[in-house]
Amino acid sequence: MINFLILPILIPLITGVLLIFAAKHVMLQRWVAGLSAVLSVIVSVLLVQKVKNDGIQTLNLSNWDAPFGITLVSDMVSALLVLTTSVIGLACVIYSFRGIDEDREKFYYYSAVNFLLVGVNGAFTTGDIFNLFVFFEVMLMSSYVLIVIGGTKIQLRESIKYLLVNVISSALFVIAVAYLYSVVGTLNMAHISARISEISEMGQPGIITVIAVLFLIVFGLKGAIFPLFFWLPGSYYAPPAPVLALFGALLTKVGVYSIARTYTLFFYQDGGFTQQLLTILAVATIILGVIGAIAYWDIKKIVIYNIIIAVGVILFGISAMTQDSLTGAIFYLIHDMNIKASLFMLVGIVAAITGTSNLRKISGLIKRYPGLGWTFFIAALSLSGIPPLSGFVGKLLIIKGGFESEHYWGAGIVLMSSLFVLFSIMKIFINGFWGTPRAYEGADKIPVKSMMIAPVILVAIAVLYGVGSEFVYPYISQAAETLANPSIYIEAVLKEY
Amino acid sequence: MEIVMSVVVGILFMSATYLMLSKSLLRIIVGTAILSHGAHLLILTMGGLKKGAAPLLGENGPYTDPLPQALILTAIVIAFGVTAFFLVLAYRAYQELGTDNMDKLRGTEGND
Repeated sequence: MINFLILPILIPLITGVLLIFAAKHVMLQRWVAGLSAVLSVIVSVLLVQKVKNDGIQTLNLSNWDAPFGITLVSDMVSALLVLTTSVIGLACVIYSFRGIDEDREKFYYYSAVNFLLVGVNGAFTTGDIFNLFVFFEVMLMSSYVLIVIGGTKIQLRESIKYLLVNVISSALFVIAVAYLYSVVGTLNMAHISARISEISEMGQPGIITVIAVLFLIVFGLKGAIFPLFFWLPGSYYAPPAPVLALFGALLTKVGVYSIARTYTLFFYQDGGFTQQLLTILAVATIILGVIGAIAYWDIKKIVIYNIIIAVGVILFGISAMTQDSLTGAIFYLIHDMNIKASLFMLVGIVAAITGTSNLRKISGLIKRYPGLGWTFFIAALSLSGIPPLSGFVGKLLIIKGGFESEHYWGAGIVLMSSLFVLFSIMKIFINGFWGTPRAYEGADKIPVKSMMIAPVILVAIAVLYGVGSEFVYPYISQAAETLANPSIYIEAVLKEY
Repeated sequence: MEIVMSVVVGILFMSATYLMLSKSLLRIIVGTAILSHGAHLLILTMGGLKKGAAPLLGENGPYTDPLPQALILTAIVIAFGVTAFFLVLAYRAYQELGTDNMDKLRGTEGND
């Protein structure tokens, strides 16, 4: 079917619109949202298979030929990320049935979640730079609603900051697109890439490098890289657990994907300056995230700083630009989206049981909640990259790529960071789950068993993804191949080139 | 003409940055509005300001570039939506928190 790749955008869009009409009927909303999420997962699995068998899928909207209309492009990178997004969307919807209160559910919660998925899936699939901006805005607008929904004091306070940072970065995105348009005169990503390589036959001119850095600033603000991460710890502390899981898994990763896309498709000629900048920033991001992750005694903050570490690790893989490191980066990206969602859900359950996220006030949970404890333990090992689990292969390939491209320091820091990640997450496990059990008020009312469904699914996927990496590898190496050879992408979009 | 516009856009960016670094929330929102004006003018300028007819097929060509105009129209409505949301958010925050001073909107949760 020719319109197949638009379905992951269309399904949540239609669901989101329909759910507006059923705002007060919570059960109906849950059914519709759940079923459409299942449908999205099925469609994206089929899409991945389609891309695997038939190569890159492109769709020229309204039948305008490639550089003139908006083109949707689904290469393996996009298809895999859309699949991951759909799975996380499904898990978050299931988790929300128990994890979020009914007042919020009545206030268009599921609509906002579906619009967020529209934005994320759209950003992964689009082949047009301005359309990417629009999908960013769709995603950000829904995230503004989700971060403030409920209207508690901390949410209001933090969403002001979140909103302000994102308004500024959106304006910078528009500015960057304007500069790029004035230089290359096109908005289609494949066409931009072709034009830039025409311009930089004799080495990249200065203006392209400036635009590359501007894009790095824009996407770095979305993806929380080193000097631009400052908004993330506070803002992600505010929303309730299911929203936090959705944010932690998806939002920053869209920024990372955009950096990967622009730096492999547009700005690959001048390997020197921009790549070196990216490497330095990635390493600085890792170091900063590590400092934050070991400094705090708050379970939410620890996982939030682990997002920043993972962003740094993925960016390091991208900046090394070898086939191995790109494969590793995609491996790690998918693993990290999955495991961050499950960790935030588990942390949300712990916070719901104990009524606090301060680690000093939590202990001995494993006596009463062994299932929760061991799921958390597996998720923690997977996060830090212990061999049979999912974090291992990605990091291995990233480090291998780092050594191949002679970034010994960076690769060493990636290795060291795993140790600190393990330390920070085991701090939660040892202090929170071991020790003498305490009594928590109202803990019996929390439906722990039904809340555990979604994180258990995600952790199971993490285990399967790690154990079955042999099976996943061909998909991911195909994805890395399109990133490493932009000509494949350009030929698929602009047929005559 | 492009040079004049670039200077004007630069002045808009300058004022926007200055306003967004101030303490009062309303000034910050005014700053974001000015920032988006600057960005929109910049798209128009970067698309080229050569003389030409309005991009309507009924007019006699040559035409001005229609693409930046479509981009601006999109960016304007998005900025409208976000600004409306931001203003309501600021209003709610003023009701709940009782201040519009950004210095007083600091939090210590999660810092032990």
